[in-house]
Amino acid sequence: MKVREIAEKAELKILSMPDPEREVIGAYMGDLLSWVMGRAGESNVWITIMSNINVVAVASLADVSCVILSEGVELEEDVLNAAKEKGINILSTNLPSYETAIALSGMV
Amino acid sequence: MGEELVFTFDVDGDDFTSAGQASVQIKKNLRQLGINPEIIRRVSIAMYEGEINMVIHAGGGEATVKVCEDYIEIILKDSGPGIKNIDQAMQEGFSTAPDRIRSLGFGAGMGLPNMKRYTDSMEIDSTVGVGTTVVMRVNIV
Repeated sequence: MKVREIAEKAELKILSMPDPEREVIGAYMGDLLSWVMGRAGESNVWITIMSNINVVAVASLADVSCVILSEGVELEEDVLNAAKEKGINILSTNLPSYETAIALSGMV
Repeated sequence: MGEELVFTFDVDGDDFTSAGQASVQIKKNLRQLGINPEIIRRVSIAMYEGEINMVIHAGGGEATVKVCEDYIEIILKDSGPGIKNIDQAMQEGFSTAPDRIRSLGFGAGMGLPNMKRYTDSMEIDSTVGVGTTVVMRVNIV
């Protein structure tokens, strides 16, 4: 499934979607950036509550298909600009991380 | 690729938010060279962890990446405080990072273990009070 389809089906808010056709394979959930970078798989959806600028670098380096900010976490404008510039898809939801993962179940 | 290609970056020790720029740039450069994506992922993740370490602990440093015929070599050199006990530093979960770094999602004691995990060889040369040099290699299959 593609990032834009997941955004639509799981009713996620689109914050940055420079690459809507990116294919999603699996998901990973975590907030410790080094841990995520070491374990998240390529093209995974990454569910997190972290929203600082380093999230953009980690998403880019780990090559995840998109970041989903759970718990209604908001993004600062400079982080949003960096995400768009680096081609990183970022979506958000008010659901907690666990419920977000459940909502994606069967799609990824 | 007959000749070895060398990329060098200054890692700014004052700006934690811009850490990762060298790794992201290397990722782009390696992509342009047509290197296998999994190799690029391993090189850039290992380098990013090293960059973050230099920013957190050493006030920055210098990162050099050499693209050779059979391997990619990453050399991270800083003039920071050095690592007192390398075996301890290599253990997952061991960290001396301050709380403000932890609040950003780092400092989990995963940096050096991740660097080792993502590379085929890693050597650390560190002297307390002088600095640390880390040399990592990722083989190009």
